[in-house]
Amino acid sequence: MAKEKMTGAEAVVRALELEGVDVLFGMPGGTILPIYDALFRSEKLRHVLVRHEQVGGHAAEGFAQATGRVGVCMGTSGPGSTNLVTPIADAYMDSIPLVAITANVSKPLIGTDAFQEADITGITMPVTKHNYLVTDPEDIPRVLKEAFYIARTGRPGPVHVDIPKDVLNMTIDFEYPESVHIPGYLPPVRGEPRLTEAAGLVRSASRPVIYLGGGVRHANAFAEVFEFCELVGAPVVTTLHGKGAFPETHRQCLGMFGMHGSRFANYTIQDSDLIVALGARFDDRVTGKLSTFAPEAKIVHLDIDPAEISKLVTATVPLVGDLKSLLPRLAAEVRKAFEERGKPDLAAWWKKVEAWREKYPLRIKQEGEKYILPQTAVQRIWEKASASGRALVTTGVGEHQMWAAQFWKTTKPREFITSGGLGTMGFCLPAAIGMQLARPDALVVGIDGDGSFQMTLQDLATARDHDLPVKIFILNNLFLGMVRQWQELFYDKRFSETPLSDCPDFVKLAEAYKCKGLRARTLEELDGVIDEALAWNDGPCIVDIRVKRQEKVYPMVPAGAPLNDMIGGE
Amino acid sequence: MSAEKTETLANGNTHTLSLLVENKFGVLQRVAGLFSRRGYNIESLTVGPTENEAYSRMTIVVRLEEKPVEHVVRQVQKLVPVVEVRELKPHDFVERELMLIKIKTPEKNHAELRAIADTYEAQIVDVSPDALMIEATGTAAKLDALEERLGAYGIQELCRSGRIALERGFKTLAPPTIK
Repeated sequence: MAKEKMTGAEAVVRALELEGVDVLFGMPGGTILPIYDALFRSEKLRHVLVRHEQVGGHAAEGFAQATGRVGVCMGTSGPGSTNLVTPIADAYMDSIPLVAITANVSKPLIGTDAFQEADITGITMPVTKHNYLVTDPEDIPRVLKEAFYIARTGRPGPVHVDIPKDVLNMTIDFEYPESVHIPGYLPPVRGEPRLTEAAGLVRSASRPVIYLGGGVRHANAFAEVFEFCELVGAPVVTTLHGKGAFPETHRQCLGMFGMHGSRFANYTIQDSDLIVALGARFDDRVTGKLSTFAPEAKIVHLDIDPAEISKLVTATVPLVGDLKSLLPRLAAEVRKAFEERGKPDLAAWWKKVEAWREKYPLRIKQEGEKYILPQTAVQRIWEKASASGRALVTTGVGEHQMWAAQFWKTTKPREFITSGGLGTMGFCLPAAIGMQLARPDALVVGIDGDGSFQMTLQDLATARDHDLPVKIFILNNLFLGMVRQWQELFYDKRFSETPLSDCPDFVKLAEAYKCKGLRARTLEELDGVIDEALAWNDGPCIVDIRVKRQEKVYPMVPAGAPLNDMIGGE
Repeated sequence: MSAEKTETLANGNTHTLSLLVENKFGVLQRVAGLFSRRGYNIESLTVGPTENEAYSRMTIVVRLEEKPVEHVVRQVQKLVPVVEVRELKPHDFVERELMLIKIKTPEKNHAELRAIADTYEAQIVDVSPDALMIEATGTAAKLDALEERLGAYGIQELCRSGRIALERGFKTLAPPTIK
C-alpha cells in the first residue's frame, strides 16, 4: 500500500475503515475534536451519537455480541473517558471484543492536572486485555491494527487506545500494516492435547454432563458443540452466557445451572461423575461452595485461556485451545472410543435426571394470583416474540435478568445477550441499541427492571434518533428487586434503601422521548399489550409491566452454600 | 496444599520468577498491578536492561500462601508485553543481591568491622569519623547473615537491591523467535 500523508486523527478514521468497522458509538468533546472532524468526512463509518459514553460502550458490546465482530466506542478526555470505564470492565469480565478509543490532553499538558485530564490508561489497565497511550503519531496505524487483533483473537476482550490531542493533529505518512508482530502474545501451547485421555473419560463415565459457557459463542463453535453434545448424549447444562450455545428446547438441554439454575440442572451436575466444561470458567455463581462442587466428578476442561485451567476447579484433563478447531478433534477421539468399546449406556443416568426434571420443574404459580407474576410476563413475551423466528433478547441486571434466563428458552446462537461477569445494571437499553443496529431485521426485545432501566434511560433519545424498533419490557416492581430479595432472606426483611418510588411514569417518559409507551397492570391486559408492543415498528417502545412486588427468584443457592442446597422452587 | 507442607519446603513457599518483557512505557505498572490485584505477595522485584535493548528482564520473588505458582505464571504470561516468564527451579539458578549498609560507630571499631566485611567478601565503600558504609553482594542468605552480624554495631541505614537471577547452563529465557 502506498504511503499517504494525513493527520493522526485521519489515520484513526482510516484504520477503522480498513478494519471493516461500519458502526461505532460515541460522543464528541473538546479533546477528541480532531477525530470527529475527520469522521465528518468519512463515507464508510456510521457514527451513532449517544447521550452518555457508558451507553456507547454497552451498545458496542451489544453490537459485538450480536455479530461476533469487534465493537467500537469513543469518548473524549477526562469524564468522557472515565464514563467508558464501566463498559470496558464489563467487556473484560465477559470477554467481549471491544476497541475503545479516547483522546487525551496534548502531550505537554499531560501530568499537569490540565482541564479534562485523566490518567485513563492507568485507570483502564486492570480492566483491559491491553491498552495503549500513543505518544508518536507514526504509531497510530500499528497500534490500531494491534488493538483490533488483540481484541478479537485468543480469549477476546477490550483494548483501549488513548491518543493525546496534539498527536491527533500531527501529520504522518500513513501505511496500514498487513500483519502484527507482538512477540509475547498468544504463546504456542506446549505439548499435544490429551484428547485420547479425555475421550477415555467420556467413554468410561456413567453420569456425564456437558457444561457450556460463553466461550462457545466467542469461538463461534455452535455447530461443533451441537455435534459433540449429540454424539456424547449426556445432559447439557449452561451458564448465563452459555444460553444459546445449545438449543434449550433440545431434549438433552437442562438449561442454566448455578445460583438461580433449576433444581434439576443443579442436582444433575452435583451428582455427575464427569463434567466436560467447554468455554467456561467455573464462576462462583455457577459452582456454589467450591469444596462441595460436584464431589465425584472428574473434569475435562477445554478453554482457550490457559490461566482458566485449574484456576478454581482442578481439571483432570486440561485441553487448551480454540473450541472450534479442538472440539471436533475431541469428538473424533470420542467417536473412536465409542466404536472400539461401545457407546456407554446412559439410560440409568437419564432416568434419574428425568425424574428430577419431572419433580422439580421451573414453575410459575400464577393460578389464583391477583397480580402479574414477572415469570408469566417473561414467558408470554418469549412465546410471542420467539414465534417470529427472529427474536434477540437482552436484559438489565437483577431479578428480571434471572427470570429472563429461566423462562426465555434460547434456541439460536447469540440470541440471549446480557451482562454476566460484571453484572452492570443499565445494560439493557444500550445493548438493545447496539443489537438492533447490528441486526436491523431482528426483533430486539429488552427485559429490564425499573431500577436497571433508570440507569441509562436518557438514551431513548439515541434509539429514537435512529428509529430503532427496540421493545423494552420493564418488569416494574418498584424495588431494587434483587437486593430486596437478599434483604428479605438474609437481612431479616430490613428493606434498607431498596423501595423505589413510582416515578417516573414510564409511559409519559416514553412519550416525552417521542417513543411508544404502554402499560399492563393486570393479567387481562398483559397479552394485548405485549402484542401491541411487538407489532409496533415506529421506533422504540417502552412497556411498563406492573408485576407482583414481592415475587422472588427461585430456586436460589445462597452465596457460599453447596449447589444442591437450594431455597425454593420445590 | 496444607500449611505444614509448605513450611517444610526448602524455600518456604517463595518462588523466583524470571520475566523477559518488552522495554516499553508502563510495563512495570502492568506487572506490579497484576500481582497486587490477584493477591500475589511480592517479596522483591528488580528490573533492568538486557543484552537486547528492546527487552528488559525482571526478577520477581513471590510469596504464595495457597495458590500454586503455575497460576501466577499463566496470569503473567497473558500480559501482552511479557515475552516469556518462567519459574527458576531451586538449585538451578545463580542468584545475587546487592546490599549497602551504613553503621554508626566510633573509629576504634573500624578495624573490627573491616575484618567482618572481609569474611563476607564485602567492601568498605565510605568512611567518616563516626560512620562507615559496607557494600556486599551474594545470595539473600549470605546478606541476611551479614546483616545480623552487623546488627550489634548499630545499623543506621540499609538498602538491598532485591534478587537478580539467571538459570545455570546454556538455556536462555528468550524464545527462538526473538533471538
